[in-house]
Amino acid sequence: MTNSKNEMISAGDGSPKMTTRNVNVFYGDKQAINDVSIDVNMDNVTAFIGPSGCGKSTFLRCLNRMNDTIPIAKVTGEITLEGEDIYSPTMDVVQLRARVGMVFQKPNPFPKSIYDNVAYGPRIHGLAAGKDELDNIVETSLQRAGLWGEVKDRLLDSGTALSGGQQQRLCIARAIAVDPEVILMDEPCSALDPIATAKIEELIHEIRGRYAIVIVTHNMQQAARVSQRTAFFHLGTLVEYGETSEIFTNPTETQTRDYITGRYG
Amino acid sequence: MSPTGTEHTVKAFDSDINELRGMVAEIGGRSEQAIAKSMRALENHDLVLAAEVVAEDKLIDDLEKRIDDLTFQTIALRAPMADDLRELIATFKISGVVERIGDYAKNIAKRVPLITQAHSLGPISLLPSMSKIASELVRDSLDAFARRDADLAMEVNRRDQIVDDFYNSIFRAVITHMIENPKDIGEAAHLLFIAKNLERIGDHATNVAEMVYFAATGEPMPERSRGDNPTDLLDDALSDEAD
Repeated sequence: MTNSKNEMISAGDGSPKMTTRNVNVFYGDKQAINDVSIDVNMDNVTAFIGPSGCGKSTFLRCLNRMNDTIPIAKVTGEITLEGEDIYSPTMDVVQLRARVGMVFQKPNPFPKSIYDNVAYGPRIHGLAAGKDELDNIVETSLQRAGLWGEVKDRLLDSGTALSGGQQQRLCIARAIAVDPEVILMDEPCSALDPIATAKIEELIHEIRGRYAIVIVTHNMQQAARVSQRTAFFHLGTLVEYGETSEIFTNPTETQTRDYITGRYG
Repeated sequence: MSPTGTEHTVKAFDSDINELRGMVAEIGGRSEQAIAKSMRALENHDLVLAAEVVAEDKLIDDLEKRIDDLTFQTIALRAPMADDLRELIATFKISGVVERIGDYAKNIAKRVPLITQAHSLGPISLLPSMSKIASELVRDSLDAFARRDADLAMEVNRRDQIVDDFYNSIFRAVITHMIENPKDIGEAAHLLFIAKNLERIGDHATNVAEMVYFAATGEPMPERSRGDNPTDLLDDALSDEAD
């Protein structure tokens, strides 16, 4: 990348699912994101990497307006989903967050049964006509999240009684249940052990292509394993965005190279 | 975060890489020396020196193993990325190639006792110049590795053509000599194998150079341009026959 932050940066083949143009984010007077333009494609998993405080999570949270919940946060620029401006006054934010689901660092199942955790979204969005259809959505979502086999005999147990890795997959099943177009994952494995992490990575591989996936991760090997496109952020700017294979074997920018080879500090 | 361009946050990673670089320099130096010694043994029909080359090949084999072990360990422990990854992969491959260069020198040394009529084999006079260039290619390819010098690597690749040209000349001269002196065919055949060994050493030096180029730039080395007249094609066929 030739530092073309103001130009469109393609996300690869196919039309972009989400586009961002000249996005700036301010927390009060402090600018957290500086003029970032990125496209997110349906066919790819996109990874955001960078040191703590580089703005990658802040930027991720712009994609489904999670920053709205922070009173001093201000977002400028343009972010579209399927060509629609998500910051337009007519955008229904609840609807937006169903279309652009999110999975957080720490698993946060509702203190309800496994079944109700997954059924919650379809219920409030009226996605199921009856019990059979809802059962069907719950089963399909849990299967896609790779959890069905482990919980099918105890769907009425509490979601919080599951292990950390299972809880995280439950959260992914919950996001999947409302049939989103995009799934944002903010360090989904940082609280999990290696086996649970591997299961999430396998799950990402399985559902890739069905949803556009954006993952923020501190684990560079994970970014290299699960993504096809990688964006490197530093001090609120997008330093480099390109093919994952290229970023991790032959990055263009010195800053990217220093970060991924463990030379910054 | 301030890019330093040099040191890793984890210092042990740097010391592993430095140790590997040292061992690559050593295996390179030993191989280069093995070529020089085997040629000196050949010129002087020095069987003691030839036996020394054969014995010392064991050191080269051991070094290869130590390099491979440490490369494995470093890749497993540090999960290197970008230029670190390229360098370690190059190190791993270079150690194998240089070990082969040592084998070719050993093979030359093993033929020393079999060449007793050196003075009557005319084409032998070309070998010292050929071995000098082959040896230089080995040294320069490893210097290029030590200095991350893609230009020098390209230069090694280009100069390998001289070694190939030497081989082709020797090939023709040896065939002619065999036709004229059938009683020398046995020894002349050994001479031809020695020339072939030197030609292969040159090829391996270019393999090292290609890895150096990749490690330094992240790109494959551009193909060496070759002439397209019939003589060049014949030369190519001769020099490629053992590839």
